[in-house]
Amino acid sequence: MNKIASFTTSSVGRKLLMGLTGFFLCSFLLVHLYLNLFLLKQDRGSTFDSYADFMATYPLIRPLEIILFAGFLLHAFVGVWLWIANRLARPVRYAVNRPSENSTLSSRTAFWTGTFVLIFLVIHVNTFFVSSRFFPSGISMYERVCEAFQSPLYVSFYLVALAFLAYHLKHGVQSAFQTFGLKRKKYETLITATALVFWLMLPIAFAVLPLYFLLAH
Amino acid sequence: MSGTMTITLNVWRQRDRNSEGRFALYTLPNVSPDMSFLEMLDLLNLDLVRKGEEAIAFDHDCREGICGTCSLYINGRAHGPLKGVTACQLHMRTFHDGDSITIEPWRAKPFPVIRDLVVDRSAFDRIMAAGGFVSVRTGGAPDANTIPIPKPVAEEAMDAAACIGCGACVAACKNGSAMLFVAAKVSQLALLPQGHAERARRVESMVAQMDAEGFGACSNTYACEAECPKQISVTHIARLNSEYLRANLT
Ligand code: FES
Repeated sequence: MNKIASFTTSSVGRKLLMGLTGFFLCSFLLVHLYLNLFLLKQDRGSTFDSYADFMATYPLIRPLEIILFAGFLLHAFVGVWLWIANRLARPVRYAVNRPSENSTLSSRTAFWTGTFVLIFLVIHVNTFFVSSRFFPSGISMYERVCEAFQSPLYVSFYLVALAFLAYHLKHGVQSAFQTFGLKRKKYETLITATALVFWLMLPIAFAVLPLYFLLAH
Repeated sequence: MSGTMTITLNVWRQRDRNSEGRFALYTLPNVSPDMSFLEMLDLLNLDLVRKGEEAIAFDHDCREGICGTCSLYINGRAHGPLKGVTACQLHMRTFHDGDSITIEPWRAKPFPVIRDLVVDRSAFDRIMAAGGFVSVRTGGAPDANTIPIPKPVAEEAMDAAACIGCGACVAACKNGSAMLFVAAKVSQLALLPQGHAERARRVESMVAQMDAEGFGACSNTYACEAECPKQISVTHIARLNSEYLRANLT
């Protein structure tokens, strides 16, 4: 027990937790995208809705939902914890500082891009998940998606959030590989390619859907 | 004098650990481009002493980039604008006539300012004392090459051993993290067979001491590698992370 406590409160241990939850959330994004792509199937959403029903009713999905929720909370909690501790490590700031000379903007702003993504998530979960799960009104998930994605305001917000997500993952994915000690010369190409799939291709694929609904309907 | 420069300096002055500090502005004429940055500060100090003012305290020893004592945050960069050099190896030819230069001490909670530009870096010594060594019997020096070590491993360990412990990694990191320093030490000894016996205990103790000193956690911005005068690679941080994971899983 002592070992687990010292591990999770140590700086390296917390980093590893960030990386682990980060990888887990990325894997969820893949599943989410896979299901979202059924929105493009020309069957007025019947395949998409059948998946949505499955997710809402199949008993084994419940514990997975809880694990996923815990994953988000842990990632955000450890992130805030690290951010506060890191701020405290420099109580007096530099009068002149030029961080752009030594690091990327995405790496320095991971906390803020993550915060925006979290705000988006609360709204997003409320729009699609909370209302359908806890206040079912006979409207199918496909209809909810159609409605939300026909509002230019919601679509704009969604796209901005995806841009923030992309920027967050631009730092996050390769950073998680580094945290797990995998970022070595021989894996460099593999890591760059994997990172590119997650930070660039995945958000673009997500962005296609609201644009399709907005423009095609 | 022809070819000399006039430089405006904005220097952090602080009496001691507990006093409030402030910036003081100095104009220094007759700066030769061939002077090192520290020689330029010597010139300024000479001037101040002549005027009966307190000289500016700054750390220095070897003045040839090997001891890691000099520690100046120059115009927003650890050790100044050049890559792979310490402040003592920086020359005034990097600057131009009429330039103004802001000089600050390293800023981090575990590196308190003792006076002007001098900070207390004994936190690094305590991290080293926690595990940055191999326990061996003293006695005659062992024969060279009695333990064969593959060349690439020896090279990698040597790269880590190039760390001079100046603290630029902490100074440049937005989180005030000492992870590049600790990683260099852990990595160097983890790579070599002599370091294997104490491998797990070492990484745990050094990380625990690093945290106890109040250094921040690495968030992989890699500013440390970019500012390190010895260009220690963040690959060593990756190794520190896996060493830590290994020590905790076994
Ligand atoms: S004074 Fe020794 S490295 Fe600069």
